[in-house]
Amino acid sequence: MSILVIAEHDNSELKQATLSVVAAAKAVGGDIDVLVAGENVSGVAEAAAKIEGVNKVLVADNAVYGHFLGENLGELVAEVGKGYGHIFAAAGTVGKDFMPRVAALLDVAQVSDIMRVESEDTFVRPIYAGNAIATVKSSDAIKVITVRPTAFDPVAAEGGSASVETLDVVKDAGLSTFVNEELAKSDRPDLASAGIVISGGRGMQNGENFKMLEQIADLLGAAVGASRAAVDAGFVPNDMQVGQTGKIVAPQLYIAVGISGAIQHLAGMSDSKVIVAINKDEEAPIFQVADYGLVGDLFQVIPELESSLKAL
Amino acid sequence: MKVLVAVKRVIDYNVKVRVKPDNTGVDLANVKMAMNPFCEIAVEEAVRLKEKGVASEIVVVSIGPKACQEQIRTALALGADRGIHVETSEEVQSLEAAKLLKAVVEKEEPKLVILGKQSIDSDNNQTGQMLAALTGMGQGTFASEVVVDGDKVNVTREVDGGLMTVSLSLPAVVTTDLRLNEPRYASLPNIMKAKKKQLDVMSPEDLGVDIAARLSTLKVEAPAARKGGVKVADVAELVDKLKNEAKVI
Ligand SMILES: Cc1cc2nc3c(=O)[nH]c(=O)nc-3n(C[C@H](O)[C@H](O)[C@H](O)COP(=O)(O)OP(=O)(O)OC[C@H]3O[C@@H](n4cnc5c(N)ncnc54)[C@H](O)[C@@H]3O)c2cc1C
Ligand SMILES: Nc1ncnc2c1ncn2[C@@H]1O[C@H](COP(=O)(O)O)[C@@H](O)[C@H]1O
Repeated sequence: MSILVIAEHDNSELKQATLSVVAAAKAVGGDIDVLVAGENVSGVAEAAAKIEGVNKVLVADNAVYGHFLGENLGELVAEVGKGYGHIFAAAGTVGKDFMPRVAALLDVAQVSDIMRVESEDTFVRPIYAGNAIATVKSSDAIKVITVRPTAFDPVAAEGGSASVETLDVVKDAGLSTFVNEELAKSDRPDLASAGIVISGGRGMQNGENFKMLEQIADLLGAAVGASRAAVDAGFVPNDMQVGQTGKIVAPQLYIAVGISGAIQHLAGMSDSKVIVAINKDEEAPIFQVADYGLVGDLFQVIPELESSLKAL
Repeated sequence: MKVLVAVKRVIDYNVKVRVKPDNTGVDLANVKMAMNPFCEIAVEEAVRLKEKGVASEIVVVSIGPKACQEQIRTALALGADRGIHVETSEEVQSLEAAKLLKAVVEKEEPKLVILGKQSIDSDNNQTGQMLAALTGMGQGTFASEVVVDGDKVNVTREVDGGLMTVSLSLPAVVTTDLRLNEPRYASLPNIMKAKKKQLDVMSPEDLGVDIAARLSTLKVEAPAARKGGVKVADVAELVDKLKNEAKVI
């Protein structure tokens, strides 16, 4: 049976998460087709055709898919996906929005946020904020799966030469319209795929103080994240939240600054290779998962860290 | 307009979850249960819509064992008007929950259905979107702001890149994110009053829905434990370890 992977992109660039989803699909085995749905996506389709191991790229290029509205993508993917054994997408906010619609329209269950493929019908996924890991088996004819990108090493972005086929399926559910968006602009690496992440919590006290973390981030080529408490307090925008219900990160190095280490936060970062915690409370639970813990006042430690890094 | 809110009974978010020694699931015996936090936010949003005069009636529905009535009563104490309990002792997965909710939607004909974005036990994040697809409604998922305007609702959504606003025709489905509102606590008089509010009980059979599970859980394990590392004395030692021991900078 072949597998349909839905590409994650922003109409101009293919997102790295797609390469991890292809890796997950590869673990199932079988031909892999990639669907690129969006508006003016020829560049994305070209990039998708070069992904290692892809058989065919299907392109649905239309304004109705331009903002990735779940209602329209849901209908499109349910239609195109009917002939496949598996439909895979990244568990980002786009995939989480449209994939359950696909599953419902096909009358099959969805397996969310998988971190491992055991066999073509059996998958491993976290439940209870990662405090338990379940192995689940699907009895449905079509497996609708969202993939945790950080759990799969991406396949090579180059080396493939898939054929590209244009679809003229236009699905406008007519249920929702795009009004506007406020997207964070940053020259720093993307939080979900950055090699180093430095995150601040309630201990940062205000948004202004996050500049201290940004300076360190710039020295290390890191992305900046945050705890829920820091987002709720309005220090930083919601797209920076790391955790059970925010972004899942698994960088080489995660530095938690003024974050206590609640399970919901740990759920988003405990797969990081090396964890550093900086906290003035030596009892803070974050120290139980940190490879290197530094007990101290962040307002003293962070400036010191900045000068040490500059001196390297 | 009528608003339907779906609330799920789950393990309290403060409880430290333990996997059962036989790996069949997590231990729920004698564990504190509560309303799913995202469902609390859903109830709060409905109550605020009623306070603004936008909603006229709030119906709250929960699917699960008898004990779910506790969470329905909590929602009634917070300001919902009436409860529906779809009683079953079977495990109900998201697709089947969505089908049951669809049957309730067909009976009640609400203009707006509010769900949590995610249950903190299954971490599925599916039911609202499935319900929307099954009923042919638009969806405003991961909402941080909901503004009803005539026969439309504008929903601001928390997305990976920031915020995105969509306009949906009513009836529509909204799923709540953390920043939508801060739920209130129920007052004692309201808890007393809630006991007298109407609560109808029905079964999946009454609603004509087959709830047989499509996914079977083969095993549940504890995650690989991370061992805590060392405490470093100062920044110099930290930088040295990161550079020379972990080799990550
Ligand atoms: C349904 C639900 C979903 C959730 N999802 C998420 C999620 O996705 N992500 C998430 O992060 N949380 C999430 N939470 C919230 C989580 O439970 C915690 O409340 C939150 O992570 C706490 O954030 P914090 O560590 O920044 O704040 P706190 O717990 O208040 O900790 C602040 C820390 O800063 C330290 N500190 C203070 N001042 C200084 C200083 N000057 N120097 C050094 N250290 C200092 C303190 O010692 C303390 O340890 C969720 C909760 C619920 C109920
Ligand atoms: N058994 C249930 N009873 C009532 N509502 C539910 C049930 N299961 C899921 N829901 C609703 O669907 C939301 C998302 O759940 P899930 O898709 O399981 O993550 C929850 O926050 C509830 O609003």
